[in-house]
Amino acid sequence: MRKSIKLGLSAALALSVSTAAVFAENVKIAFIDPLSGGFAATGINGLHQFEFAAETLVNAKGGVLGGDMFEILPFDNKVSPKESLIQLQVAIDQGARYIVQGNSSGVANALTEAIDKHNRRNPDSQVLFLNYSAVDPALTNEKCNFWHFRFDPHADMKMAALTDMIAENQDIKKVYVIGQDYSFGKAVADAAVSMLAEKRPDIEIVGNELHPIGKVKDFTPYARKIVASGADAVITGNWGADMLGLGKSILENGFEGPIFTYYAAADGITAAFGESGVDSLYLVAEGDDNPPSKPEAQEYIQAFKAKYPDGNMSQTRITNVIQMLAQAIDEAGTATDVVKVANALEDMHFTNSLWSTADMHMRPEDHQLIQDIHIFGHQKVEAPYDMDNSGYGLKVQYTVENASADIATTCEMKRP
Amino acid sequence: MDLVLVNLIDGLVTGLLLFMLSAGLTLIFSMMGVLNFAHASFYMLGAYFAYQISIALGFWMGLLIAPLIVGVIGAGVERYGLRRVHQYGHVPELIFTFGLALLIEELVQFIWGRNQMPYQIPDALNFTAFAISGNSIPAYKVFMIFISVAIFIGLLYVLTKTRVGMIIQAALSYPRTVEALGHNVPLIFMGVFGVGTALAGVAGVIAGPVLGTFPGMAFVLGSIVFVTIVIGGLGSLWGALVASLLIGWITTFAKSYNIRMEDILNGIGISTPENLSDSMFRDIWAVTSPQIADILPYILMVLILIFRPYGLFGNRDA
Repeated sequence: MRKSIKLGLSAALALSVSTAAVFAENVKIAFIDPLSGGFAATGINGLHQFEFAAETLVNAKGGVLGGDMFEILPFDNKVSPKESLIQLQVAIDQGARYIVQGNSSGVANALTEAIDKHNRRNPDSQVLFLNYSAVDPALTNEKCNFWHFRFDPHADMKMAALTDMIAENQDIKKVYVIGQDYSFGKAVADAAVSMLAEKRPDIEIVGNELHPIGKVKDFTPYARKIVASGADAVITGNWGADMLGLGKSILENGFEGPIFTYYAAADGITAAFGESGVDSLYLVAEGDDNPPSKPEAQEYIQAFKAKYPDGNMSQTRITNVIQMLAQAIDEAGTATDVVKVANALEDMHFTNSLWSTADMHMRPEDHQLIQDIHIFGHQKVEAPYDMDNSGYGLKVQYTVENASADIATTCEMKRP
Repeated sequence: MDLVLVNLIDGLVTGLLLFMLSAGLTLIFSMMGVLNFAHASFYMLGAYFAYQISIALGFWMGLLIAPLIVGVIGAGVERYGLRRVHQYGHVPELIFTFGLALLIEELVQFIWGRNQMPYQIPDALNFTAFAISGNSIPAYKVFMIFISVAIFIGLLYVLTKTRVGMIIQAALSYPRTVEALGHNVPLIFMGVFGVGTALAGVAGVIAGPVLGTFPGMAFVLGSIVFVTIVIGGLGSLWGALVASLLIGWITTFAKSYNIRMEDILNGIGISTPENLSDSMFRDIWAVTSPQIADILPYILMVLILIFRPYGLFGNRDA
């Protein structure tokens, strides 16, 4: 009798264990970014890159913790901080423990504060914030917290790389700085002015100006001023229609020097510049040359383009987010105790990136990923490594290895 | 000082482009008493149609065909949409055109997506026409000037020298009498609406390659077109022309010269406060003209509405 009970118990136990394996809990990752409205193109393209990365790099290889699958839950925040907080609550209620977001530092600032508060009040449903694109330096400085990790170099790190390249070019004597009239445009301008003054005191800033964001119909007058100022190079943090309008006007007006940008690629911009941008447009970002050096990265892009023919592999850091998260979960041995996952993630040396053979380091003191930063040039690139299927894309022109690895941070991390 | 000449040309291009939009809008308004909120959407449709046609048949066929399609769509909207709504009064008409603008924007996003379209200047015009002390004037800008001037002269000729024009002008002021004389006034309305939207289409075709072809292009230009016809005087073609050029030049010069508010205020005898960074008026003192260039037309509109409510050339005393 006893024996049979024991047998029954162990059978039941075995059964419950095996059902647990069959109904393995998905690791839910909430993607909170614009999926409608003016910025939807960027948001939807980012979502596709996340879904594809989770599918190919994690789920197809057997998932994490021996069988748990990654699941991306999309939430539309319409680039509104208010809407994002509502979506954050919905995502947490649906069981998401990982939040990814990238478009707009305004949203990221709201999310990081809300998540910090939530995690203090709800120790049993804590979440991590994996920021793949919001580049406001404050997020890893005065506003840093233990739950936030940034996988993209922040605006000052990018400017440091840009100014390194400019400093080496003795032909550049005069620089014109122009940007959109809001926090990011101002931050870019301030960083450019202060870093150039330090690295090349002989360079003269011949113009430093802001224009209304998203309101300028015709950039011709600005372009005239830039040419008239005798500038050898232009620096701008513009994005979207403002980037395209400004760049086109400058080039049409006969400007021949380099235009250093943050966002002059993808989402139609590369195609619209076409031949005119060659040898003129430069862009600072992480990532890899096109085609990438690793064969598996080439295969990855080919597979992505086969699935999304109109998509762009424009944010290569997304695969780093997914792979590093998977590695951290496996190291921590849990996907639900995010404190353990965060501890595994911070100070992680990641060597498996598709886009780099070098070591990437998640700095423990501010949770900023340190990696190589490249200055890309707008050049002819063969398909499928081009952007917008236009035959043009990004080629590496200049590289700063382990860029800004020792950049100062004011972060005072409070650990739980 | 060479820059002044360059700015005059740039402002002329902007102004004439604005004129092509406001001419149609002001004609439609004077005829039907309806502010067509969807007018800039027809401008956007012109650009998108021309882009699509230019892929298959080249830029020039796009310039020819796209405005025709836009005009036919416009006439259809008048015939089957506005005319039905008209009997319920002006407010439903306004709401109808407003809804139409939103609908067109969504449709464009649905068909072409949200990205910028690679709509390019034709190779035949992709060279520098001439340069003034290092500032190149692209041939395409010269082409834009010629197209818009030709359209203005054509419109003026039709409206003042031909029989059709006279009937239209009569129908503007006394539609009932014209109808009693045996003319088909609804047909005239439809024709004017069609031509007005086709003009917006032409503007879209030639502006698309320089100002960018994207779903927000109607929104960027939409409000400024209304400002133009209010300044020029509702219903006046000459007013639309003068106001368009005025706005083109004001915004161009404001962007080109860094006029600082501080200099203006000092000039009229107000001295800069010593601790500017603590002053509550800091933002006003720090303003420069390029920052506010695109809102200057709105300030001008407010001034016009206060001092001359019927606009520069308006003939209907309010």
